[in-house]
Amino acid sequence: MTATVSTTSVTPTRRRRRSARLSPLLVAFVLVPFAVESIWVFWPALQGFWFSLTRWDGMSPPTFVGTDNYVELTGDATFRGALLNTVIWLVLFGGLSVLGGFGMALVLQKERRGVGFYRAALFTPVVFSLVVTALVWRVFYQPDGIADTLLRAVGLEHLIRPWLADPQTALYAVILPALWRQIGYVMVLFLAGLKAIDPALHEAARMDGANSWQRLRHVTIPQLKGVNAVVLSVIVIDSLRSFDIVWSLTKGGPYHSSELLSTYMYSTAFQSLRLGYASAIAVVIFVLALAVILGYLVRAFREEA
Amino acid sequence: MNKLRTGAFHTGMILLSLLWLGPVLWVVVMSTRSFDDIAAHGVGSLPQSFTLDTYRQAWTDGGELRALINSMLVTVPSVALSLCLAAMAAFALSRFRIPGRRTILLLMLAGNLLPPQILLIPVSKFSELTGLYDTLWALIAVQVGFGLGFYTFVLHGFMRDLPGEIQEAATIDGAGTAQIFTRVMLPLTRPALAALGALSFTWIFNDLLWAITVLRTDDKMPVTPALLGLQGQFVSSWNVIAAGTVIAAVPTVAVFLRFQRHFVSGLALGAVK
Repeated sequence: MTATVSTTSVTPTRRRRRSARLSPLLVAFVLVPFAVESIWVFWPALQGFWFSLTRWDGMSPPTFVGTDNYVELTGDATFRGALLNTVIWLVLFGGLSVLGGFGMALVLQKERRGVGFYRAALFTPVVFSLVVTALVWRVFYQPDGIADTLLRAVGLEHLIRPWLADPQTALYAVILPALWRQIGYVMVLFLAGLKAIDPALHEAARMDGANSWQRLRHVTIPQLKGVNAVVLSVIVIDSLRSFDIVWSLTKGGPYHSSELLSTYMYSTAFQSLRLGYASAIAVVIFVLALAVILGYLVRAFREEA
Repeated sequence: MNKLRTGAFHTGMILLSLLWLGPVLWVVVMSTRSFDDIAAHGVGSLPQSFTLDTYRQAWTDGGELRALINSMLVTVPSVALSLCLAAMAAFALSRFRIPGRRTILLLMLAGNLLPPQILLIPVSKFSELTGLYDTLWALIAVQVGFGLGFYTFVLHGFMRDLPGEIQEAATIDGAGTAQIFTRVMLPLTRPALAALGALSFTWIFNDLLWAITVLRTDDKMPVTPALLGLQGQFVSSWNVIAAGTVIAAVPTVAVFLRFQRHFVSGLALGAVK
């Protein structure tokens, strides 16, 4: 009985689907969005690669110079500084937001009194733009602002300095607000992942006498593999894209001490009007993003095989 | 022992919450202080005055009203248009055997994962070429084009998991493709649409990079870049800058409070799928 029903219902579906393939409406449903994305993303991306091989001031037509821009990049001290800062950013901003977000997700995972409020508190900054975040933290860093007032209160006046204007501290003074905003976001991703783990696995591990550290190490973390991949990609892409917070706090200064590849690319393009050279920096950003993500994917595949 | 642990948990978390909310509260308080108060006591002191004139200054003299209108003119159509286009693509790709559907989907997602830096120069040149440069249309077009891939990917994951029987029943009842889409699929996809709507609202509203890439004139700028401009205009008037900051944060906070549940589940949508 059931067999007959299923065969009769499958055949017309197949036929319908095959004929639907020709429906012009469906073709439009795919082609229109794809065309929009092509015009504003795919085609510009290809042009970006081409521009990186040219010298171009934006006014006169671009002249082809081959790999000259890339050769120049290798000798550019500002570029090297920005690259180093981007790596520091990736490690500190990325690493600490994963650790902090994961830690907070573990602590706030169990439903209990007050947990909703704590989650909301950590999550609030995610709603703000990075420019708003930057202005909030500017108040913190002002001479005689909250940071200085706090240091004075605990008798550490000698540490006081112009946090954002000192080349020694500018980069770290920018990372802090970025972290403040990112930790809540990463926490939400991990909370969703933790919720998807079957509680029976923990129960079984507990029965086998595993302590909470062992359960974390051998049950929770392996089960989070899928979330880890997402978090890693989000972090790498966010780090390489990071622009707003640096631009609103320091514009990459003083003396390029907080310059990231993204801010250097922007100022090279739209302030120095060296569009070809800036495109080469953009290509470097692209290659870095691709390398980290592909590197991770290849490793993930190998582990599965 | 257990009581002690609970106490430690709450003490620690309350301190941490204060650390997270403190800077925000501080800015809200500062936005109500007078200029003389801040000049005399510094931004780090407790308030000795109360005024709302700061909001008037930011609102009219600082041009925040104009900027808010610009932001809404960009954000609302961008969100509507990108969700509409993404839903169409997701519907066709998830419910029909379109040749190469997996490749198309991944390509669209990959487009969204590109670092925007590689697109900045070509997009700004292309908008000049088409005469869209320095108009809000250019910003809408970029936001829609750049967001589409991710929205399509998430909606595809959601629509794929809807039971096929509903679609079959609708077909047997004589519904065409368009009707199945609007009457059956869209209503069933509402939770995902709400989540993406709340998320994309904040993303587009909060954007800085695209706005300063395709816009030049000050009074066309949305809130986020305008807030940076406010800093230059009211150099040491920290109370006015604080008021401007609060104004710029209100719309996204409102959307967050209204759609809190959808918003949070939206962030996680891509993660568990």
